[in-house]
Amino acid sequence: MNTAAPAPKAAAKDVEKDASMQKQKAMMAAHYDRLTSAPETGAKVCSTFVPGNLNELIGCFDLLNNLPEVNAIQSGLRRISGQYVMEAEKIGHSEDVCTYVKSDIGMMSKGNIAPNGKKFPNPDVLLLSYTGCFTFMKWFELLREQFKCETIMLHTPYMGDGCFTPNMIEYMVKQLRDEVIPKLERVSGVKFDIDRLRERLKKSAQAEDDLVHVLQTARNTPSPIDAYFGGIYYIGPIFGAFRGTDDAIEYYRFLRDEIDERLAQGRGPVTPEGDMGQERYRLVVEGPPNYTHFRQFWKMFYDEGAVVVASSYTKVGGVYDFGFRHDSSRPLETLAEYCLGVYTNRSLPMRIDMLTNYVEEYRADGLLINSIKSCNSFSAGQLLMMREVEKRTGKPAAFIESDLVDPRYFSAANIKNRLESYFQMVEQRRAGARPAA
Amino acid sequence: MGTPLSSGSTAVIIDRATRIFEDLSFSAAREWKAAQPGRKVVGYLPIYVPREIIHAAGMLPLGIVGGGDRLEVVHGDAYYQSYICRIPRSTVELGLSGRLDFVDGMLFPSICDVIRNLSGMWKLMFPHVYSRYFDVPQNYADEIGGNYYANELAELREDLARLRGAPITDEELCHSIAVYNENRQLVRELYAYRAEQPWQVPAAESHLLMRAGLVLPVEQHSEMLRDYLAAARQQQRPRRDYCRVVVTGLFCEQPPLNLIKSLELAGCYVVDDDLLLVTRWLTSDVPVEGDPLRNLATAFLHHSESTAAKFEPNPLEKGQYLVRAVRRTGAEGVIFASPSFCDPALLDRPMLQHVLADAGIPYIAFKYAENSGQMQPIREQAGTFADSIKLWSGQ
Ligand code: SF4
Ligand code: SF4
Repeated sequence: MNTAAPAPKAAAKDVEKDASMQKQKAMMAAHYDRLTSAPETGAKVCSTFVPGNLNELIGCFDLLNNLPEVNAIQSGLRRISGQYVMEAEKIGHSEDVCTYVKSDIGMMSKGNIAPNGKKFPNPDVLLLSYTGCFTFMKWFELLREQFKCETIMLHTPYMGDGCFTPNMIEYMVKQLRDEVIPKLERVSGVKFDIDRLRERLKKSAQAEDDLVHVLQTARNTPSPIDAYFGGIYYIGPIFGAFRGTDDAIEYYRFLRDEIDERLAQGRGPVTPEGDMGQERYRLVVEGPPNYTHFRQFWKMFYDEGAVVVASSYTKVGGVYDFGFRHDSSRPLETLAEYCLGVYTNRSLPMRIDMLTNYVEEYRADGLLINSIKSCNSFSAGQLLMMREVEKRTGKPAAFIESDLVDPRYFSAANIKNRLESYFQMVEQRRAGARPAA
Repeated sequence: MGTPLSSGSTAVIIDRATRIFEDLSFSAAREWKAAQPGRKVVGYLPIYVPREIIHAAGMLPLGIVGGGDRLEVVHGDAYYQSYICRIPRSTVELGLSGRLDFVDGMLFPSICDVIRNLSGMWKLMFPHVYSRYFDVPQNYADEIGGNYYANELAELREDLARLRGAPITDEELCHSIAVYNENRQLVRELYAYRAEQPWQVPAAESHLLMRAGLVLPVEQHSEMLRDYLAAARQQQRPRRDYCRVVVTGLFCEQPPLNLIKSLELAGCYVVDDDLLLVTRWLTSDVPVEGDPLRNLATAFLHHSESTAAKFEPNPLEKGQYLVRAVRRTGAEGVIFASPSFCDPALLDRPMLQHVLADAGIPYIAFKYAENSGQMQPIREQAGTFADSIKLWSGQ
């Protein structure tokens, strides 16, 4: 799963962009340039995952962070993931498994070309931050087979009982201290400096405050943001290569000001076609989006005046809206707590609590689940989650199905039909709730 | 006329094991529970739980591996999308249909995200049942993964002590370790005997014996294995000109029994498999002296089976266990049989296939579901594989 900065494939003129969006795009582009120029600059590259992404730590070793999930998303947005997925299937990968993995592997076998048209460097180290998804473990075993580079496992226990225990924290801190850090020192040739880590963690917390502020503006009516489609842009820098940097602080401050201004002006979210019209439906969305038809998918919402006021997907790289912040006074413990708390590492009851809370706190009309065909981490159990949230909130819920980056599983007509009936259901509920004339 | 059917003949033993296998209400476990007031049953899913701790609490560990091809899934499908494997939906069906209503606790081991998420579903669906996601370390250093795991085991021990209302002593644990050591020795003996003379232990029989071990008290299961081994050695079954294969990928959702039979009917003696790994997860005896939980932890870290649900820290070791299984059993090929939509089996498969290719070991692959009915294609594929192996070895 995860998140990136979508660069919708459309003529520039018909894509309305906020200044923050332009800024974010430039940051992401600069990062890709840094990555692809690594062979010339001599920078070393660390591949890792978005959930449990230890960007502050990676930065302490001057390593560049490369996120294969984000690369798969980029391939999806540029409509080339389909051919990559098929390529991977051709060389023996099952049609049943996560399409991010296959998009990544297919991309490698087709030259490993980055969105800027240049070749990705081979990773110097794979930091297998094993948090919230089984597939991660196999994905990096597959990449290790290909790149034959150092592979570091950091195992995050699952919060099966709805909390983390001192044993879990101790286990993770020991892994960080005795294995992850010494191995990163060895690969990078840079000595670990805990003060440098503290500095970065402080910066993370600052940006996290602003991100949470932005996400919570959706409590207002109308919401100035779309917390799913738009939210994906907002989380790009902090879930990607920028958490713990000045760039992230600057970006989130800029974004916060921009959104506050929209709020003050009573404007709704910006969409690829400009400001959204009247807000008619407020939804909470569970699950990742489809990326191969991202704009088309989004349009199905804004055309109907549906705005997503909260989403679980924008929490996969870290859950900050219930109070967690990176804490520089406990550098390794805080990294452990961060990894433990990412959305997909939370038990199903915790996920249900979160979604219920969102429906209530953000005064949503209901919950919509976009179930991803090839993602067991998110999808297994979602039907029960839907019924539970419906029961607890008394608000209607709906279920649609697609895939992240495999275009074969995006059926626009089906999804549109489902959405239309869902909106009708919301209307009926509202009419039913109105006192009789 | 051969020996008359005695209670010790393989046919009688397999008949009993078959009845246990076919009984979707787990009568044997129910009877065990009913025999004495206060007895408790703790269910567990694949891939591994330390059954010693459940046993030490005086409880019956009950292995639950879905509903197979005989359970009609009525409610389970409302809980899972079509692109999720079968075992969670038939397990939910077992729960909702009351077939597990005598179970006092459930353990959901760390194997994949489906069973992981099922642990949370169980908490919501059966709030009165003790349930726990059972995590295991992916770090194999004694001071790191070992400490973590020993503490997790201690938590489980405390939970079960609470459930029975009295602490579990070290003596009880050491005794249970000894009982399971014996059981694992017998399982290993059966596997070794089958590898040596596969015509003497048909794969379906070996599987039924292992399945009985999920339901019976371990002492009874050990007796069953002992009796079977003795009886099997007494009788000579016809030896056929079959090839020898290792079957892999079966570690969670179970293939229909017919599928296992079909492989042999197609000319493939199964000389090793990864069915029900819990029965032999720890590959050597666990010491019965010293700290029992530490001993279990050490055994897990350093003497346990390799499988897709575990991280392999050493790249050179990746998949070598399969090559070793082939060499050890004299197998001529490997069959990858994986449940549809199974992340661990299917994501691991290409890597294992590369290792086999490098070692010059032929393989085939197919998928199944626990309720697959059509065996003809699998039989044909396995038959062609067997023929090609023979052809190959004849050259
Ligand atoms: S299975 Fe899901 S969570 Fe895991 S990598 Fe794939 S999309 Fe992400
Ligand atoms: S069959 Fe595979 S995917 Fe399904 S529950 Fe078992 S291990 Fe998980």
